[in-house]
Amino acid sequence: MTIKELWHRLGSPRWFYQMMGPWGTGLGVAAALLLITGTLWGLIIAPPDYQQGNSFRIIYVHVPTALVCQSAYIMMGVAGFLFLVWRMKLADMVVKVTVPFGMVMTALGLFTGSVWGAPTWGTWWEWDARTTSMLVLLFLYFGLYALRQAIPRAESAGRACALLALVGVINIPIIKYSVDWWLTLHQPATFTLTEAPSMPAEMWLPLLVNVIGVYCLMGAVVISSLRTEILRRECNTSWVREELMGEPA
Amino acid sequence: MRSAIAGQVISQVVREWRTIARAPIDVANPLMFFFLGISLFAIGTGGEREGLAEIGPAVIWVLVLLANLLSLDTLFKRDHADGTLEQLLLLAQPVFVPVLGKVIVHWCFTGVMMTLLTPLSALVMNLTLDQTWILMLTLILGTPSLSLIGAIGAALTVGLRSGGVLLALVVLPLYLPVLIFGVSAAYLAGDGLAVTAQLYWLGAIAVLALTLAPFAVTQALAISVEQT
Amino acid sequence: MSTPPLLSANKLRCERDMRVLFKDLSFSVGAGECVELLGPNGSGKSTLLRALAGLYPDVEGEVSVAASMYVGHRNGLNVLLTPRENLQWYAGITGVGVTGIDAVLQRVGLYGFEDSACQRLSQGQQRRAGLAVLLLVDRPLWLLDEPLNALDTQGQALINDLLNEHCAANGAVFCATHQPLGEIATRSIVLGGG
Repeated sequence: MTIKELWHRLGSPRWFYQMMGPWGTGLGVAAALLLITGTLWGLIIAPPDYQQGNSFRIIYVHVPTALVCQSAYIMMGVAGFLFLVWRMKLADMVVKVTVPFGMVMTALGLFTGSVWGAPTWGTWWEWDARTTSMLVLLFLYFGLYALRQAIPRAESAGRACALLALVGVINIPIIKYSVDWWLTLHQPATFTLTEAPSMPAEMWLPLLVNVIGVYCLMGAVVISSLRTEILRRECNTSWVREELMGEPA
Repeated sequence: MRSAIAGQVISQVVREWRTIARAPIDVANPLMFFFLGISLFAIGTGGEREGLAEIGPAVIWVLVLLANLLSLDTLFKRDHADGTLEQLLLLAQPVFVPVLGKVIVHWCFTGVMMTLLTPLSALVMNLTLDQTWILMLTLILGTPSLSLIGAIGAALTVGLRSGGVLLALVVLPLYLPVLIFGVSAAYLAGDGLAVTAQLYWLGAIAVLALTLAPFAVTQALAISVEQT
Repeated sequence: MSTPPLLSANKLRCERDMRVLFKDLSFSVGAGECVELLGPNGSGKSTLLRALAGLYPDVEGEVSVAASMYVGHRNGLNVLLTPRENLQWYAGITGVGVTGIDAVLQRVGLYGFEDSACQRLSQGQQRRAGLAVLLLVDRPLWLLDEPLNALDTQGQALINDLLNEHCAANGAVFCATHQPLGEIATRSIVLGGG
């Protein structure tokens, strides 16, 4: 199959629906296995941190969610670009179904960060650079969600959200930079996440497993919600009737 | 070609100017809100002079953001309702030129006006002269970005029922870098430190917004017009 | 005639809110023709016109449209400004000269009103001012949506004359209307149940 053919097929919701069913299931199973393994490993087997004791174990939930919600936004921006330039229907659906997933993951990342902050920083909320960027990301998701809800025509809502996602993606690096720069200048962080002094393998391996697991989860959620969305939008066509009722059109 | 584009900008600017002259309340309201909001902060904190100077730059900048947001509501509303917006999209070649004209006028009546009102606000907030100067400098550099980015949000939400609050949700997170660089410059200046980096950043954001926003606004207007 | 039509549409299809407004719609409008578009409310007349003008993208099919002017339900006038000021704006953004404005306003019967704000004018006068743009910006194809709305008998006669003159000068008109235009229409297209 040439690239061009693949491109055309990717633009066809029907092809996607029929081909991606197994992928969705597969990624879902992989996500479940990886997340269960990583979480059990991290919570039970991995050794406690020499400074933070057992409270550091929330890292196994916090870091994966915090990573995936940023990737989800970038994915949405790319999909928005594809939709605005090439009018690919599937890209519009990607923008639509990623918003709830990203919103939940951002909220979860903020929540776990706050729970972690309580024993380590001694406060539930700290205007740290990372926390603040995550909060702004949550607001960006809110904006997209609200805009989609406010526009009655689905086609227009798709275009508007694609444009907003694209504007947001251009802004994210600037927001991140400005926040980093201001809040670290303002009050130097006493504790950073990434520069944890040479974490031993038995501590970061389960983290890696969970990070991969949560990306598989994103794949599974996006693919299965895309397939639902495709059925919803194409419910008038003969192939959907054939697919669901099993009768030839 | 060049003179044609200049002609488009001029005729759009003249039209906006005349509209504002006939309905000055549209631009006066956000400015009055700006001053009222600052006064409320001063009164609410008990008018204690030390505390006011401490929060002053942040309060002024946040109210600039909010007043800007309020003014955006009317930016395309009238044109959308009376059908001139669709004519603009159909007839202007290229469309972004008169759109830019509109945004420029919007900036003149929000950003520039609020910058000019800043000495008054600084007086209310008990800022030093140095801080006031830096604040005015950051405002004049930062507000063009607010008008440009805000116009994207205004264009996306024009004609929607839930316009006002939605506009805030869409636009305010995008304003954050401008707020941060603007406020931090005023604070650093208060401590007698250099603020060149912040000014460069505000300028860079303004240039980026000036380059990209007109196209995004045009696209967003087309999306809004297709819904009627 | 061998000249290509000013407007040709091939197999247009439009669906709105899960309802098919029109499908398999093909037609063309040549120079000198005035085609009226009839049909009950909600049959898609306005949507078709907006699609042809380029304001509504969700219509499938092939369309080729010459340089056109569109006047919709709304007059495209800023009511705070006078008819003259509104036309100056149109002249400015399209790049046509401002010299023709007085003649155009006189032609549509707004002489003496050109300097009153549009909101002080009657609905019919506003409609005239909105349609005056057609004369100011000279484009071969006119896409009109209910041009006779709000107009009195004299106003309707004026529009009749304008359409006739435009077609006689090798222009073309495609006009949605709920009251048939009468003999100046060379052809009608009926949407919805027709």
